[in-house]
Amino acid sequence: MLNPDQKLNSKIFDLQVEQVPIRDGFGQGLLELGAINEKVVALCADLVESTRMNLFADKYPERFVEVGVAEQNLVTVASGMAAMGKIPFTSSYAMFSPGRNWEQIRTTICYNDRPVKIVGSHAGISVGPDGGTHQAIEDIALMRVLPRMEVVVPADTVEARKATIALASTGKPAYIRLARNKSVVVTTDESPFTLGQANILINPDQSEVAIIACGQMVHRALLAAKKLQAEGIVVSVTNLHTIKPLDTETIEKVAREAGAVVTVEEHQVAGGMGSAVAEFLVSGRPVPMEIMGIKDLFGQSGEPAELLDHYGLAVADIVEAVKKIQKRKK
Amino acid sequence: MSILTDDKKEFLALKANNIRTSIIESLVTAGSGHTAGPLGMTDIFTTLYFHILKHDPQKPDWVDRDRVVLSNGHICPVLYATMAHAGYFPVAELSTLRKFGTRLQGHPHREYLPSLETSSGPLGAGLSQAVGMALSDQMDFGPNTSRYIYALLSDGELEEGNTWEAVMLGAKYKLHNLIAVIDRNNIQIDGYTEDIMPLEPLADKFESFNWHVIVIDGHNFEDIVDAFNQAQAVFGRPTVIIANTIPGKGVHAFERQYEWHGKPPTAEEGKKALAELRTLAGKIKSENE
Repeated sequence: MLNPDQKLNSKIFDLQVEQVPIRDGFGQGLLELGAINEKVVALCADLVESTRMNLFADKYPERFVEVGVAEQNLVTVASGMAAMGKIPFTSSYAMFSPGRNWEQIRTTICYNDRPVKIVGSHAGISVGPDGGTHQAIEDIALMRVLPRMEVVVPADTVEARKATIALASTGKPAYIRLARNKSVVVTTDESPFTLGQANILINPDQSEVAIIACGQMVHRALLAAKKLQAEGIVVSVTNLHTIKPLDTETIEKVAREAGAVVTVEEHQVAGGMGSAVAEFLVSGRPVPMEIMGIKDLFGQSGEPAELLDHYGLAVADIVEAVKKIQKRKK
Repeated sequence: MSILTDDKKEFLALKANNIRTSIIESLVTAGSGHTAGPLGMTDIFTTLYFHILKHDPQKPDWVDRDRVVLSNGHICPVLYATMAHAGYFPVAELSTLRKFGTRLQGHPHREYLPSLETSSGPLGAGLSQAVGMALSDQMDFGPNTSRYIYALLSDGELEEGNTWEAVMLGAKYKLHNLIAVIDRNNIQIDGYTEDIMPLEPLADKFESFNWHVIVIDGHNFEDIVDAFNQAQAVFGRPTVIIANTIPGKGVHAFERQYEWHGKPPTAEEGKKALAELRTLAGKIKSENE
C-alpha cells in the first residue's frame, strides 16, 4: 500500500508513532540556513520562541531583528532588507502575518518582487485552546491569490525543515504555513522533497478515489485510506505540500487514474488548497470532487484533535467523503 | 557665511523651474494625476538629486549608491521629472506618464522602471522599507556605513500606524544612516491635515521617539542643504527633516489649495502655469545678474 519510493516513517499506522510540532522543523531549518547562507536574516514580531526562531536568534543575534508587536513593520522592513540583498525570513502567527499585513505583503514584497519569506505559525484550528481569534483558516487563500507568491504547507516537521532550506534559494516571495500542536511525523529525512512537486504517498496506481491533502491532514488521509483498504476500497493519497506553484502534472495523473478527487485541508473550503485543485481540474478534465475543510465558520477553543473532528475533518469524515464521491462517479 | 555659492543657487533654482515645467507638461498630457504635492516637493527633490545624493544615473544599480525611497508614491511626477532631468531616462519620456505601456506608471512600479528603489502608492509603508535598508547596511558595514537612505514622506501618511512602527524601530537600532524628509504641506485629499487628523506638535512627537529633528523652509535651498548636512553628521539617531512646503509651489493658482491635491491642470490651466514658470525663470536669472 505504501509507496516505497516515498520512504515514509514505518510507524505511521502505529499508535506509538512520534509526534512533533511542524514549527520545530522550521526552527531547525532556519538554524541550518544560518550556517550555509550568510544572506539569510530573521525578523520576528515578539513571538521568537513560539515560532521557533529562537534557535537562529540565539546563534546569530547580529542577523536577527526583533520588531516588536508590529506585523506591518515586520514585512515592510524585511522588504527593505531584501532590497539590499538579504533573504529575510519573517515569523509571527499566521493570523497576524499574513492576516494583518496583507496589503504590505502585496505591494512591498510581491509587487516589488522581493524574496521575503512569510512564516505563519499557529495556522489552522489545531491551534486549539486559544480560540477562534488565533486560528488562521483563511491564510492559504490570502497568499495564493498574490502574483509571484509561492505557498508551502509542510505535512510534518521533517518536511518543514526541508521546505525552509529550499525556500531560501528560490529568489521569490514565499509563504510557509506551520502548525502549533504536536503532529505525526509522516516522512523521513530520506523521503523525496522538491518544492512544487507533490508526493503520491500510497497506491499510486489502480486507485478508485484520489485523496489530496496538505499539512497535518496528510496523516489523517493516510489513516482513512487504511480503513478504506480494509473495506476493499483502494484510494491514493497525495501530499500536496506546495499549493503554489501547483503540481498540475501529479494532480492530473491521480485524478485521471481515480476519476474522483477528495481534498482535505485545515482551512476554509473557500479559496484554499482544494479550490486551487478544483480551479485546475475544471479547466481541463473535471472529475467529481469533494472539498473538505472548514465550511464558512470560525473556530473556537478546544483540543486540536477534538476541534478537527468537530469541524468535519475526522478520519471517519474522510472515509465518508470517499464513499460519497464513489457513488457520484457511477 | 553662505553654504551655497550664488552660481549653485541659481543652478538649483533654474533646475527646479525646469522640473516644475516638466511636471505641469506631463500632468496635462496624462490628463490625471496629482499636482500640488509634486510642485511643493520640487525644491527638495532638485537639491537631493543635484547636490546631495551619491548616485550615478548612468549606473542606477551601482552598489554603493545612496537610496531614495519615495513613500507617498502619488507625488511621482516630481520623482520622474527629477530623474529624467538628472539623466536616468530621456526627458521626452515624461509625456508617457500614466499611458498604457509606459515605464512611468501612475504610481511608481520598479518592475517597469528598474532605477526606482521601490514601488509605492499605498501610504505608510515607505519609512519601514527605508528602515530595513538602513538596518541591512549597518549589519553589513557597522555604524560607519558610507551610504545614506533617504525616505521621503507626506504629512498625511503619518496618520498610518505603520509609519510609527517604523519610527520606533529606526530609533531602537540607532539608524543614523537613515534620513527622513516629511513634506509638511498641511493638506491631504479631504482637507487640511489639522482638520482631518491633527499631527501637531509634530516635531515634539519625533523628538519623543528619539529622532533628531530639523525643521526647515522646504523652498530655501540653503536651508535644505544645511539640513541634509546636519542630518548626515548625526550619530546614533535617525534624523527627520520636517520641510514646511507650499503645496502647488511655483504656480500661483495652485498654491495652498487642497483641491489641487489629486487633479491635473487642464490644457488651459497648464498653459497659464507654464507662462508663469517662464516668467519666474527670467526673474531668477535677472536677480543673479
